Amino acid sequence: MSLVTPEAFVLGMSALGAACTGLAAVGIGLGQGFAAGKAVEGVARQPEAQGDILKTMVVGQAVAETTGIFAFIVSVALIFINPLVGML
Amino acid sequence: MHDLSNLGPRIIMSFGDGSVYITETVFFGMIVGAILIILALWSTHRMEKYPKGKQVVAEFIVEAIYKMTTGTMGKSCSNFAPYIGTLFIFLLLGNALGLFGFRPVTADVNMTFALALITFILIHYNSVKSMGWKGKLKHMASPYPFMFLLSLIESISKPISLGFRLFGNILGGVIVMALVFTGLGAASDALHLPIPLLQAVIPLPVNAFFDIFEPVVQAYIFTMLTMIFISLEMAVHSDNEDH
Repeated sequence: MSLVTPEAFVLGMSALGAACTGLAAVGIGLGQGFAAGKAVEGVARQPEAQGDILKTMVVGQAVAETTGIFAFIVSVALIFINPLVGML
Repeated sequence: MHDLSNLGPRIIMSFGDGSVYITETVFFGMIVGAILIILALWSTHRMEKYPKGKQVVAEFIVEAIYKMTTGTMGKSCSNFAPYIGTLFIFLLLGNALGLFGFRPVTADVNMTFALALITFILIHYNSVKSMGWKGKLKHMASPYPFMFLLSLIESISKPISLGFRLFGNILGGVIVMALVFTGLGAASDALHLPIPLLQAVIPLPVNAFFDIFEPVVQAYIFTMLTMIFISLEMAVHSDNEDH
């Protein structure tokens, strides 16, 4: 005799896994904040290079964001198109 | 707004037994394309030597795109500017469709991967064109032969990450907007308001971020990375020529 059905268990665990992908946001927050801080330092030192610094910072932050986007897609797949329930 | 229980693009029109169909993505993509064509034809209609009115705006946009392309890729690559400019304006309009209540064109993984595939083909076509097949293989196997596998994986992962980055950002915006509207709708239902007052004013800052700021940034990043990837594979060639 079991308390939860297998479907409920798989769905609950999927939700837990989707929540855990939010941990990826910690690293991105740190990385993007660090990049922005360094960009501010650069602008304070050389105000005339603001355009170039902004351009480089935005592109660098976009590349740093990639892992978080992958984590987000995994969580979306787990929540909305759960592939694990079909495996039962 | 968008339905949370069905995240994918809705099917608008289907032909035959339903195996051939047109989704929202294709439909709005064609509308954005038609708008761009009409705008381009209209703004270049009856051009004059001393520009005024619409011609000033058109020349400003074209000049800015050429400046951006040559500034990033170098003076010799100004022939990429038409494609880069089209990509930028298309992405700008396609991402910002959420502002008008439609589903953004780029919130579909098929669209972003099609664009990333064009970038992939452009990277390798121009790389082979500037270095030759032999030079390209040599470039991939430098500095050590076993690096060939690594650069093979790298060249495949570039368009995948490019496509997923755009898709993830825009889809995230769509989901957050749908959550905000659903939540505020439930709140104004619970308060028994005669008109949905909460949904009218409160979502504006969220809308400004996800439908104005994010589309501009993501369109800029996609075109910028496309230019950087193309010029990275070509710049090596001009370095080798000096020796």
